[in-house]
Amino acid sequence: MKQADKTFEEAFSRLEEIVQILEAGDTALEKTLSLYEEGSGLAKLCSGKLLEAEARVKKLLNDNGSLYTEPLE
Amino acid sequence: MEFFREGHTGYEDSVFTVSGLTGNIRELLEGSFSAVWVEGEISNFKRHSSGHMYFSIKDPGASIACVLWRGRQANMLFQLRDGLHVKIFGRITVFEKYGKYQLDVIQIIPVGEGNLQQAFFELKQRLFEEGLFDDALKKPVPRFPRIIGVVTSPTGAALQDIISVIGRRFPCVTIVVSPARVQGDGAAPEIARAIGQLNDLGGVDVIIAGRGGGSLEDLWAFNEEIVARAVYDSVVPVVSAVGHEVDVTICDFAADVRAPTPSAAAELVVPDKKELLLTIETLHENMAGLALQQIAGKQRVVASVVSGYAFRSMENYVQQRMQQADAMAEKLSAAAVRRIEKSRASYEKISGRLCAMDPNSVLKRGYSITSLKSSGSVVTSSEQVESGDILETTFSSGQALSVVKQVLQEGGDT
Repeated sequence: MKQADKTFEEAFSRLEEIVQILEAGDTALEKTLSLYEEGSGLAKLCSGKLLEAEARVKKLLNDNGSLYTEPLE
Repeated sequence: MEFFREGHTGYEDSVFTVSGLTGNIRELLEGSFSAVWVEGEISNFKRHSSGHMYFSIKDPGASIACVLWRGRQANMLFQLRDGLHVKIFGRITVFEKYGKYQLDVIQIIPVGEGNLQQAFFELKQRLFEEGLFDDALKKPVPRFPRIIGVVTSPTGAALQDIISVIGRRFPCVTIVVSPARVQGDGAAPEIARAIGQLNDLGGVDVIIAGRGGGSLEDLWAFNEEIVARAVYDSVVPVVSAVGHEVDVTICDFAADVRAPTPSAAAELVVPDKKELLLTIETLHENMAGLALQQIAGKQRVVASVVSGYAFRSMENYVQQRMQQADAMAEKLSAAAVRRIEKSRASYEKISGRLCAMDPNSVLKRGYSITSLKSSGSVVTSSEQVESGDILETTFSSGQALSVVKQVLQEGGDT
C-alpha cells in the first residue's frame, strides 16, 4: 500500500510502531534511516489529514428497503 | 444461674468471642433479609465528600441506618432530602466493627410520584434482570473512527452540536445521520429503526443516539423498551447522549457508553486534533532523537578506532564506516531540517546535536559519499555495483554522476 493511501489510523499506528522499533535499539543503521524516513512521511501525512480534512456529513435514506446516503444540505 | 437455664437455646454451654457472636448475628440477619423493600421517610440525610450518601429511613416507631454508595446513584432520577417519603430496595448488612446493622440501598423510589417514574423503574429492573445492561457486553469505542452514525432529529440542535464538535476535533471522518423523530408518539420505533439501519448500512464504526435537553416526557422515547433492545442488538457500539448531565434514561443503561450530552458524546467518540498533533510531533522528535543517538554512537566507535593503535591496518575499514555514518547523518539532517521548520525548539535541539557531529568536516578533508543513483543506497563495497550502474558522488560541495565501467575486487578483476 502506498503511504498516501493509508487511513489516519493505519498511518498513526505505523508511526507508533516505528518509534517502538527504534526504541528497542537493535536495528542496523541503514534500517534506522529508512524507518526514520518512513516515519517522517507518516507524521506529515497524519498532520496533513488533521489539518486539511473537513468532516463530511451525509444523510441515510431508505428507498423501499435499499439504503443509500446523500450529502446533508 | 437457674434463670439462664430456663431458655434452653442450645448455646448455654459455650462462650462466644465478640467477633464470633457478631458473625453469627450477621449470618442470621443477612440470611433472613437478603433483599427487602421498606417504606418510610428519609431523615439525617448526609452526602459524604466521597460521594456516598448516608441517611436513615424512619417511621414513627423506628429507624434504620441506610447507605447509598456513589456507584448506585446513577439510578436515581430525583434528589434525596430529609422528609421525603420513599420506598427502598436493599440488603441488610451488619457493620461488625461497631455492632451496627444498616440497609445497603440498591434502589430508591419516591412514593406518590407520577406513573412515568414507576414505569421507568419497572422497565429498568426487568431489563436489568434480563441482562441487557450487562457490563461484560459493553463494546469499546474505536480509537479513530472513520464513519460515525448519528441517530437524532435532522433539524435538532443536538445534531449541529455533534457536527461542530467533531469537525473541530477530528475532521477526517464521515458523519452519517440516520434521521428519527426524538419525541412524541412513534418516536421510539423510529429511533430503533434508525439504529438498525446504520447497522445494515455497514462500515459504521460507532453510533451516537440522542437529543438535546427537555422534560421527562420529551425524553421519554429513550426510556422505551424498543429503543433499549435496538441499542442492545446493535453490533456497532452505541453512545447514548440524551438531554443534560442530570437526565438518565433506559437507553443510557443499554448503551455501550453513556455521555452526559450530545456534545460530550461527540468529544468521546473522536480524539482531539490539538492533542494528536502534539503526540505526532512528540513521536517524530523521539524518532529523530533515537536515530541521531544511534549515529552518534557509531561515530564514537569510529573515532576511537581512528585514534587507536591499529589505525593503519584498519584504515580501509574505518574509512568505509566513517563514510557510511556520515552519509547517514547527512540524510538524516536533511530530513530533520524539513521537519524542523515547524518547531523552533526541536530545531535547536536536533541541529545542535547534528552540529556536534559535524559531518561536513569529513567531506572537507577529501572524503566523498558514493551512492547508487537508482536506489539512493550508499555504496560501501564494490560488490554492490555492476558495470553500467550510475553512481552519484557527493563532495564537500556539489555532486557528480558517473557510470561504472568495470568492477574490480580486491586482488584482481572479475
